[in-house]
Parts: sequence; structure tokens; C-alpha cells
Amino acid sequence: MTPDELLDAYEEMALIRRTEKAAHDLFMAGFVKGTTHLAAGHEAVAVGASAALRPDDYVFATYRGHHHAMARGATPEECLAELMSKATGLCQAKGGSMHLTKASTGMLGSYAIVGAHLPMAAGAAWSAKLRGSGQVAVAFFGDGATNIGAFHEALNLAAVWRLPALFVCENNLYMEYTPIADVTAVPNPAADRAGGYNIPGEVIDGNDVTVVHEAVARAAERARKGDGPTLIEAQTYRHFGHSRSDPAKYRPAEEVERWLKHDPLDVARARLEAAGVPPETIAERDRRVAQVVEAAVAAAKNAPEPDRELAFTDVWADGSATWRT
Amino acid sequence: MAPITMAQALNTALRDALHDDDRVVVFGEDVGALGGVFRVTDGLTDKFGDERCFDTPLAEAGIVGFAVGMAMGGFRPVVEMQFDAFAYPAFEQIVSHVAKLRNRTRGRLSLPLVIRIPYAGGIGGVEHHCDSSEAYYAHTPGLKVVTPATVADAYSLLREAIEDPDPVVFLEPKKLYWSKSDVDTPLRTEPFGRAVVRRAGRDATVVAYGPAVPVALAAAEAAAGEGWDLEVVDLRTIVPFDDETVTASVRRTGRCVVIQEAPGFAGVGAEVAARVQERCFHSLHAPVLRVSGFDVPYPPPMLEHHHLPGVDRVLDALDRLQRDDEPDPRFLALGGAA
Ligand SMILES: Cc1ncc(C[n+]2csc(CCOP(=O)(O)OP(=O)(O)O)c2C)c(N)n1
Ligand SMILES: [Mg+2]
Repeated sequence: MTPDELLDAYEEMALIRRTEKAAHDLFMAGFVKGTTHLAAGHEAVAVGASAALRPDDYVFATYRGHHHAMARGATPEECLAELMSKATGLCQAKGGSMHLTKASTGMLGSYAIVGAHLPMAAGAAWSAKLRGSGQVAVAFFGDGATNIGAFHEALNLAAVWRLPALFVCENNLYMEYTPIADVTAVPNPAADRAGGYNIPGEVIDGNDVTVVHEAVARAAERARKGDGPTLIEAQTYRHFGHSRSDPAKYRPAEEVERWLKHDPLDVARARLEAAGVPPETIAERDRRVAQVVEAAVAAAKNAPEPDRELAFTDVWADGSATWRT
Repeated sequence: MAPITMAQALNTALRDALHDDDRVVVFGEDVGALGGVFRVTDGLTDKFGDERCFDTPLAEAGIVGFAVGMAMGGFRPVVEMQFDAFAYPAFEQIVSHVAKLRNRTRGRLSLPLVIRIPYAGGIGGVEHHCDSSEAYYAHTPGLKVVTPATVADAYSLLREAIEDPDPVVFLEPKKLYWSKSDVDTPLRTEPFGRAVVRRAGRDATVVAYGPAVPVALAAAEAAAGEGWDLEVVDLRTIVPFDDETVTASVRRTGRCVVIQEAPGFAGVGAEVAARVQERCFHSLHAPVLRVSGFDVPYPPPMLEHHHLPGVDRVLDALDRLQRDDEPDPRFLALGGAA
């Protein structure tokens, strides 16, 4: 990444971090309906990958997917309004925190059923291959997904047909409250499975945006050349609990401390400083981010609730929820 | 014109759809080189190449999820599940994503895909080779659920399913695959959402769908000898459901029997009975009765004829319609839904 690209990536990560913090505060204050799974700590995976992709590439994410939606063009306001079940939300309140989707930019959804979207990404990759569009499809998923059938089915499908697909695991060491190591037969839950599908697999530092960028750029190039899928395991860590108000007490203190010292924003800032970007330039970006998120929170809070009629829309292609077509 | 089988009609429908629309793609286990275990995809790979009709690994969740991604990418996938119960590994994809993505994204993602499932019994299979799984799908808003009973409908409904912008679960009655009829393709029958009166009658309405339709018609012939003039309504599409045709018929006849192969409890027949009762109560001279499979796993081959609703059991129901609102005692003894 050039210093300018890195600076933009830093700003995007800072925007996500601040939005996630706002989402957390809004949740604690009772403004967010249902649940949230915050991605604070995972920012470098989304932003590094997105920077390595074409605007028309496809992205699929999990319920912990706010960072991916924003990295693919959703605004903090759209996301926060969606979390708050407002009419101005990204899916006009029908998706909620776990289903952020922005089809117009190829962000083809966040999925709350673990593993479900991996075969979808393979299918989207197939469509790109058949159309000869040169697009790739990327599925982001958690370490927990590596033990469900859909993960394995999707890898095999993508591998056997050499599809332009990227499978990016955000290994944050826990599936909910259970250490992934306690329930998985191999040390690297994703990458160690690549051999079974005869595709490349690598473990990378998911908190270094430049490392993620490079790995994804390489995998995307391979995919576009017709050399098939790649499995990337990006090691990262969540700053909040699994969901809602989970204080994450099950994580050992020294582990938390170690990872907080390896914060993706700090890593990027250090790289920017090493590249000679003045601290004032970075601080300026931080200020801009703070303003955007502050305005987003206010707008989302003030946004109208959806009409009751919303529940009776879009079950069928004619836009209705009635039996007849 | 030579008669064709339902399997051939389905094959022709796929062939015509592949020919007419480049976006149509057919795939599943053994559908390519072999042509499908029921020969429904016979010759399609030869004719259209292995990009348009191809074999997949054994991975039902993967196959349906893959179809979702293909549909998002602009294609119209038609997937084959080999047998009814083999679709259950894909149930998660079907009910949680196929059915819901349009709603979840406020219509920005549309999934024009068809999941073909050979279903129901009468072929001497056991359990998971003879399941009637329609209620699982019909219960889920966002899925159209279609099941042809005639050769002409097999062709027409499959063409319409492939053209439909919504996802369709297309249930093919296995035991009717080899039923024959003179059908000149291409043809179009009534559209989705229209039930059809297969036999007009005055005394009672028999509502059926899929494999139960020929049973209803045979029962109507037999009942004619006992002085009953039965009207037989074929639902064709369980979703969308045609209240209008069913209601109009029952209001005329004042009596209604619903037939389904599936176990009775919480089945489509129960839904039909409830809807008829809600809409026709003041026209009814007798309770709406169900004739269904028993509430047991699909029985072994030598017992399946007891399980499947046959002409006898429909005639028994007619007797009870006349003057007796006790449920069939035999049915109760076997643990069936009353
Ligand atoms: C099929 C399925 N089973 C269980 C759950 C409940 N659940 C939600 S998140 C989660 C843990 C997933 O962990 P991981 O894949 O590592 O993702 P992370 O939350 O760490 O990002 C579980 C068990 C689910 N959503 N889907
Ligand atoms: Mg995890």
C-alpha cells in the first residue's frame, strides 16, 4: 500500500472502530433492538481485503459484519439506523445488525447462520466465471464456521471447479464463549484444512492492514487468473464480548492485554509514522471520523421508525406478502 | 401424437427452458452424464454442454447455497435433490436464506431459483425415499410450493417455476413419473395460484394435490356407483393457495374431504380444512374430513398400501360425511390425526 492508500485505510478503520463504539453505547443505552456482534478489533481484515478488491467484486459476511458492510460502502448512519430498527436503515430495518446487506455495491449480505454463506460465495464465483466478468467472490467467516459442513462443502465445490473465490477466516480464537482450540482437531482451524481441498491456505496477521491487503491481493490475482480459490486465516481478536453486553470474562487477562497491545489502528499508525506521514495528518483524519460518527448517531436517533405496513412487503417478487401473484 | 410420461414432460420442460433462456442452469447429483436417477435430466448435458447441466458432489446444503449465489450473480438455477429426504441437509438454506433473502433485503436481492424434489410414496421405498415433505416448505413464507398431478401440468408448471422471479420448491410425485398422457409441448395450463376442478360434481368436494389427485378421481368413479357425485379439485400450487376455487366448490357442494399422503397432523390437509371452515362454515352440512397418511414414519414396502390414502379410505370418509362426525375409529386406533 502507498502511504496515501494506507492513510485512507487507517481512516476507514477508525471510522469502523468509532461506529462500533457508538453501537455499543447505543446498545447499552437501550437504543439498539435485539442484538449486536461488534467487530471492533477486526477492522484490518475488512479494510485490508476491501482495498485489494475491485468495486464490483462480491463480498459475503457473517452477523459480525458491520465492518464489512462499511468497508463496502455502507455509511455509519445507514448501519446505526439499521441497528436501531429505523426506516432509514441500510435494509430499512428488515435486516438488523446481523444482516447488513448492500447489494448495489456487491456486498451480498451478512448471514446469521454460521457457514451458510460460504456455498453462496462459491455460487456467486461460479456466476462470475461463467460470465467471464473477472469478478471474485469473498466469504468472510469466523473460526467457528470451520467445523460446520457448509464450510467443507463450499471449499470442495470452489476447489473442484477452480472458482474465483476467496475464503477469509477471521480467527478471533473463540466461537462465542468456547475457545476454538478446545473443539477443533487442528491448530489452525481454517488454514490447516486447505490441504484437504488441494488449495493454498495461509495464516496471516489479521491486525495488520497491509498484510491483509497483500494476502488478499495475491489470492484475488490467482482467482482472476483461473487458478481457483484460496483459504486465508487472519488472526485477530475482538475488543468487545461476543454479543450484546457480554463482558467476555472467559478470556484470560494476559491474552486480552497481549491482543489489545496489537490493535490494528496502532499497527497502521506506526506504519504511517514510519512512512513519514505527520501525526497532525493522522489526527485530522481522526477528527473527521469523530464528526461523521457523531452526526450519524444523531441522525439515526432522530430517524423515523418504520411503518407497520413494512412487515407486509417484499415476501414475494411483486413486493407484497399476499398469496396471489 | 404419442403419449409421454410425466418424467418426459419434465425433461422437455427443462430442455425448452435451457433453450429459451441462457440464464437457466440445471445441476445436482448424477443429473449430467447419467441423466438423473429418474431420467428427468436425460440428454441435457449432451445437448447443452456441461456448463448448463452438470453433476455436483454429494452436498445438499452446498448445492442449494451455491444456487443462491448463482441467482445473485444473474442466473436461474434449477437444482435437483435426488429424493425428498435428501433435501433435509439443505433445509437450512431453503428456509433461512432462499425464502427470506428478498424480504431481508427489501427486494434488492431476488432469487429466481427452482428446487426440484421427487417426493411422496408408492414406489416401495422406505422412510426417506418416500417422504411427503410439502408442509415443511409450505409453512415458510417466501417459498412457492408446486406439485403437478398431470403430465400437462408437469410441463407447464415447471416452465412457470423457472420463469418465476420467486424461489419455487417443485415437488414431483415419484409414483406419477411414469404416468402417461397425450400432451403436445410446449403448452401452458392454468397459471400458479389456480386450482383446477378435475371433475365436476354436486355432492361433495374432494381436495387433493400431487399424488393424491389420481386417487381422488378413482374414488369419484367408485363413489358414483354409490350415488355420490363428487367434485375433485386439484390444488396444483399449494403456495400460492387458491382459496377462491376451493371455497366456491365447497359452497356449492356443502361437503369437503381433503386427501394427502403425508401424515395428517399439521399437514396441508389441516390447513385446507381450516380455510374451508373459516370461509364456508354456513354452507357446510358436515365436518371437513381429512384422509391422510398415518402419523408414523413412512412404513416398509409391504405395508405402504395401508398407509397411503386409497379409494377405500376416501369412500369410508364419504360415509362419515353423511351423518357421523366421529373420526374414523381405525384411523384413531393407529394414532392418526382425528
Ligand atoms: C448454525 C449455527 N449454529 C449456532 C449459532 C449460534 N452462534 C452464533 S455465533 C456463534 C459462534 C460463532 O463463532 P465464530 O464463527 O468464531 O464467529 P465469531 O462470533 O467469533 O465472529 C454461535 C455458536 C449460529 N448462529 N448458527
Ligand atoms: Mg470466532
